[in-house]
Amino acid sequence: MIDCRAATVSYDGHPVLRGVDVHVARGEWLSIVGPNGAGKSTLLRFVAGLAPGTGELFLGGRRAASLSRRERARLVALVPQSPVIPEGARVADYVLLGRTPYIPALGVEGPSDLAAVHDALASLDLLAFADRIVTTLSGGERQRMLIARALAQGSPIVLLDEPTTALDVGHQQQVLELVDRLRRHHDLTVVTTMHDLTLAGQYAERLLLLDGGRIVVDGSPSDVLTEANLARYYGARIRIIHDGGKPVVLPYREEHTHEPQR
Amino acid sequence: MSTVLPPPVASAAEPDTHAAPRAPVVRAARLRPAWLITGVASVLVAGVAGLVVGPAHLAPVDVVRDLAGLHTGLGPQQVAIIEQIRLPRVVLGLLVGGTLSLCGASYQGVFRNPLADPYLLGAAAGAGLGVTVVIVGAADGAATPAAAPIAAFAGALGAVALAYGLGRASGGRTSTASLILAGVAVASFLTAVQTYVQQRNQDTIRQVYTWILGRLSTAGWHDVLVLLPYAVVTWIVLLAHRRVLDVLAVGDDEASTLGVHARRTRLVVIVAASLGTAAAVSVSGLIAFVGIIVPHTVRLLAGRSHRVVLPLSLLFGGAFLCVADLLARTLSSPAEIPIGVVTAFFGAPFFILVLRSSRRLGVTS
Repeated sequence: MIDCRAATVSYDGHPVLRGVDVHVARGEWLSIVGPNGAGKSTLLRFVAGLAPGTGELFLGGRRAASLSRRERARLVALVPQSPVIPEGARVADYVLLGRTPYIPALGVEGPSDLAAVHDALASLDLLAFADRIVTTLSGGERQRMLIARALAQGSPIVLLDEPTTALDVGHQQQVLELVDRLRRHHDLTVVTTMHDLTLAGQYAERLLLLDGGRIVVDGSPSDVLTEANLARYYGARIRIIHDGGKPVVLPYREEHTHEPQR
Repeated sequence: MSTVLPPPVASAAEPDTHAAPRAPVVRAARLRPAWLITGVASVLVAGVAGLVVGPAHLAPVDVVRDLAGLHTGLGPQQVAIIEQIRLPRVVLGLLVGGTLSLCGASYQGVFRNPLADPYLLGAAAGAGLGVTVVIVGAADGAATPAAAPIAAFAGALGAVALAYGLGRASGGRTSTASLILAGVAVASFLTAVQTYVQQRNQDTIRQVYTWILGRLSTAGWHDVLVLLPYAVVTWIVLLAHRRVLDVLAVGDDEASTLGVHARRTRLVVIVAASLGTAAAVSVSGLIAFVGIIVPHTVRLLAGRSHRVVLPLSLLFGGAFLCVADLLARTLSSPAEIPIGVVTAFFGAPFFILVLRSSRRLGVTS
């Protein structure tokens, strides 16, 4: 569904992504992990068409460069990490923005667009919130609303940039379970960037570890989340335990070798 | 979580996945009929008041009958007062006020800046310099030269073009902040030049000052006919973009992932709003505050979607300036107060009142 070849992106002459090749199959969940500055969000933005660079990108078998903005928006939906929420917007109006690629440029929405918004809100248990002002929602409700907008967009590829940031552990799990359920129901191709390695390994089928703008490890969570990899690329002291075959990442503090000063 | 199935997945080749819609229970932001009726009624009431009130007493019934082409007991002089003096002035007030309010609301939307007004990119400073140069050039001590509207129009559009060019050159493809800063720089520079020219020609200060404060006192059908085509084009273009302006509210990047070309849309809206603003100031001078106060009042009372704000700003902006002109010519009759003074003097307290009331009553979000 996503075929990215030799993707290279530079900001002010400084390369952030260096010749990345990645293929994501239809219905797959890929999570991009890596230390700060590794190029995770840039790769996501490259696929979304927001980070211009060199290399080739195919979306759904079509060359991305040949797609109009509207065509691309019908293929790829992005849930940003820090979305801009218009002041005073209602939840229904915000989710309706997802229908923009289907509404004539200078026209207004039709019944089919409102039906899509209804379905998306219902899927995320947000129908009762349709007339609420967005800024009155809790963090978890807001994240569900963002996913509802992407769902209303009807795109087979959904990109989520740090979808669990600023959520407590319960809401993190709820949101990721929701994404997984929607992915399975609709054969969505999901790509996320994530800092929480345990959650990334628990939910994604495949992990892509980036460092310095390059792919350094690509494989199953068990292949990528090893103590050696995390020590090498994160500089972190980590212990890995396995819970039902899925790795759980435990950071630990090295024992002090010196007596505390009195 | 609900188990209701979401919509099926679309592809770029499929225009819409919801070909067989069900009756939706959600609704989009829309202009409520009650607000539309209120806006139209305010235009009619302000217009009739502008025709009726004045030194020559005219009965409202006679005025309305005359406008409808029905027989009245009015003499030829009274008919001339209505049709040749008051009516063009009222119509011009409606056109200028509506256009400036609509352009202000559009600027606020496209720049995502609540302090934006139609003069943000230097239109006022450019128009002021153009008029000052023409007045100084004429230097015969007579009334404002006939070329003043053309100079104001050219000055306003030239200033906006300069600001846009500088903003694009210095801020890359998408920065609205660089556009605003370029507008501030161009406005400051042109104001400095205008002040210098004015100081060097002090005998024309009164004429320039009178123009800068704005006026509808010399309005005639000629001014209406000059403004009308520009105003209509501006209205059509801006109102057609009311939904897209709501999409731009999420920022350029997100708008792009939703299929909107943010930069192109911004350029179209800026060109249309600048054209309308330049045409308005060319016939009325610089009337401040209308482009900010009316859109914000509408937002506080009727909602924040541009689908609501743009059409209501057009209607209430026209009514507001019509009433302001009525006050300007009656409060110290037979002298006239500059209309820009009236809009700010009465508009600012009114706006504060609306702001306080809406917060207390929970009207705003």
